[in-house]
Amino acid sequence: MLKPTHTAVAVMLGALVIGAPLHAATFRWASQGDVLTFDPYAQNESFNNTFNSYVYESLVMYDKKFDVVPQLATKWEQVSPTQWRFHLRPNVKFQEGEPLTADDVVFSINRQNSKRSMMKAYLAGIAGAKKVDDLTVDIMTDGPAPVLLRQLTDVRIMSKAWCEKHNVVEVQDYLAKEETYAVGHANGTGPYILKSREPDVKTVLDKNPGWWGKMEGNVTQIVYTPIKSAATRTAALLSGEVDFVLDPPLQDLPKLKSDANIKVVEGQENRTIFIGMDQKSDELKYSNVKGKNPFKDLRVRQALYYGMDIEAIKRTLMRGLSIPTGELITPQVYGYFPEANKRPPYDVNKAKALLKEAGYPDGFAVTLDCPNDRYINDALICQALTSMWAKIGLKVTLDAMPKAQYFAKINKHDTSLYMLGWAVATFDAQDALINLVHTPDGKGNGEYNDGSYSNPKMDALIDAMKTEGDVKKRLSMIHDALMLHTQDVAHMMLHQQIIPWAMRKNIAVTHSADNRLRMWWVHVNEGNGKQ
Amino acid sequence: MTAFILRRVLQAIVVMLVVALVAFSLFQYVGDPVQLMLGQFATPEDRVRLTHELGLDQPFYVQFFHFVVNAIHGQFGVSLRIGKPVSVLLAQRIPATLELSICAALLALAVGIPAGVYAGLRPNSWLARTLLSLSLLGVSLPTFLIGILLILVFAVILGWLPAFGRGEVVHLGWWSTGLLSKTGLMSLILPTITLGLFQLTLIMRLVRSEMLEVLRTDYIKFARARGLRDRAINFGHALKNTLVPVITITGLQLGSIIAFSIITEQVFQWPGMGLLFIQAVSYVDIPVMAAYLCLIALVFVTINLIVDLLYYVVDPRLRADRPGGSGH
Repeated sequence: MLKPTHTAVAVMLGALVIGAPLHAATFRWASQGDVLTFDPYAQNESFNNTFNSYVYESLVMYDKKFDVVPQLATKWEQVSPTQWRFHLRPNVKFQEGEPLTADDVVFSINRQNSKRSMMKAYLAGIAGAKKVDDLTVDIMTDGPAPVLLRQLTDVRIMSKAWCEKHNVVEVQDYLAKEETYAVGHANGTGPYILKSREPDVKTVLDKNPGWWGKMEGNVTQIVYTPIKSAATRTAALLSGEVDFVLDPPLQDLPKLKSDANIKVVEGQENRTIFIGMDQKSDELKYSNVKGKNPFKDLRVRQALYYGMDIEAIKRTLMRGLSIPTGELITPQVYGYFPEANKRPPYDVNKAKALLKEAGYPDGFAVTLDCPNDRYINDALICQALTSMWAKIGLKVTLDAMPKAQYFAKINKHDTSLYMLGWAVATFDAQDALINLVHTPDGKGNGEYNDGSYSNPKMDALIDAMKTEGDVKKRLSMIHDALMLHTQDVAHMMLHQQIIPWAMRKNIAVTHSADNRLRMWWVHVNEGNGKQ
Repeated sequence: MTAFILRRVLQAIVVMLVVALVAFSLFQYVGDPVQLMLGQFATPEDRVRLTHELGLDQPFYVQFFHFVVNAIHGQFGVSLRIGKPVSVLLAQRIPATLELSICAALLALAVGIPAGVYAGLRPNSWLARTLLSLSLLGVSLPTFLIGILLILVFAVILGWLPAFGRGEVVHLGWWSTGLLSKTGLMSLILPTITLGLFQLTLIMRLVRSEMLEVLRTDYIKFARARGLRDRAINFGHALKNTLVPVITITGLQLGSIIAFSIITEQVFQWPGMGLLFIQAVSYVDIPVMAAYLCLIALVFVTINLIVDLLYYVVDPRLRADRPGGSGH
């Protein structure tokens, strides 16, 4: 029912020959971090969720355009505004032989919503699930839920019988003395079976011979190796020890591109990077301006925005791999509004004039908080910003730190000026608006609105879209909210990241805007010149 | 002798407690694991609940106290990152680190001592001069650079050796070894050189300067006057007397090899304790960090003890001074 209007997804199919006989193919790949656990609800980490999706399936999934298509449910309908009926795919078996039934779905939703689950957020607004018959499940929502289907793409279905047998009805307790069975064992309905796992060394998955689906790709065995050191990852790809690297370092891209055996696929990520400002405190915590908060003044926010030379950042720091933007969300996300994608041009004089008008002719001092291991070149961008803002008279001190400390700090709103990036997991603008723009209320709204931007008109729009059943009306609310975000300079937008994936020439993959490698679309062709 | 060892064990316990206390007082600055575990969409209630469950809302000395009590019971908790018991994780990683460290130390000794002796005996030969200049490189180049250079040459350009990992390992009980398979041995070469190079050059330079000094002493001159053969003088008298400082340095360096294999392990994705620790730091995996730091403190204390005992073996004066050391 929800169709993204924009489908600018980079689809790379390489030399896929339709109808060619599929041959057994091992796909060896690497990235920085390791799989954390195969208990699908015990960690909420993007890479871990991706990896679990090879083994565990959901009721629905995304296709290449990020439209929702059937996975374990073949069709669904709305019985009432708060009740959805899902018809399960018949004759699906878990990898250890148990048939998939409505009981498993109800069990999984309850388990994902249980006390210790780390994945509860994906069930926000879902009241519960009820079995209708063996192959039919009803999902109840608290109110109308326009993004329910998108939420369900990350609700993975486990076998009730298997969980009971192995004593993993409860999600991992990190205070327990022993590991639980589900950490290193998995039993899903998915296309791959977990064969072996050694943390930080190697994880091997084999194709599931009993899988219900027909795979587009031809990978029969997945060998995943985490390689923490960036240079070593590049070396392993160049030497042919791995076929694919999810996160090649930017500085190595020219070398990789110039190698005859390697290709680099660049795709837009559904993530924007931006700068937030404390717009609530009466006096900024980290500034020399006393007794008032300059960021409450729209002119000051605009001045800083005018003072950003985003093209220079793109050219020098990002080596062309960024798309400057003025809108909170990217074109891949449902609700994207081209009219709201407006950013002021780089204009030092205009910025100075605005500052003067606002009563800061000599600028002021402020600290910019920044992560240094989260986004592409994050700390370098912030460093560039400090010198750009110096030109308009601001004295900006940079405080860059690792993400583990950074987010703990800014989520306490212990910041005056900060960098944040947001990838819209549900591919629906509402998610970004609720988390980043709605006034923080401690009840799930404005959780990442760390500068406490607040506009009653904005809150009204967001609250209304959450329960609006009419697709057209809802879309226009989203557009209005995005427009308001741009006009208010709720955040100073920087750019959309472009994510490069590097691989041997014989590999064909579909680049995904959420940076997830969907294994069922990967094709390994012959003749890769491996050593 | 027994009293000496007992005293050392008591000191070791104190050292480890202090290390753990310092570690816990620092952990509150390394970040918040809850943030990483729950991801970006977690509700505030969930964050509060998990923080409380993990005891992270307690002052560090309370957390430290719980750690010590659990450690006395042999419990080090579960890794927040990969959900496995810390003791199991460390036990799985120790073989990789020890094999690499011992190979690196052996390489350093096997090449460093002969090279140092040679450079000491023939200080003006071209080979000695070349060795000395090369050793300067080994001392001054940072480990990660050496590792990357070796990978570039031997894995990427020549394609002879693997760029990362430990190859195939054979399990002998709880010990996993890479010494019994071809890929395991191949994988060991580059990390061993990377880790051992600094120690090698250090030992070589140390032996050389000690040799030069000893060769000037009266008893060597006397030995020559007695008409002893060069071989007996150089190895029987001179080398033996250079060994005390060499043993001290080697012992202390073995501790640092184990402790600072972190960088080599990271460059080569070598699945040892150092890599585990680095991963733990970036994930704020407090149970793993705490246990690792204590273990490293234990390693250092143990090695120092062994070094002290070795003095008895090498230096007869110590034995003569202390009749209590009659165990030898």
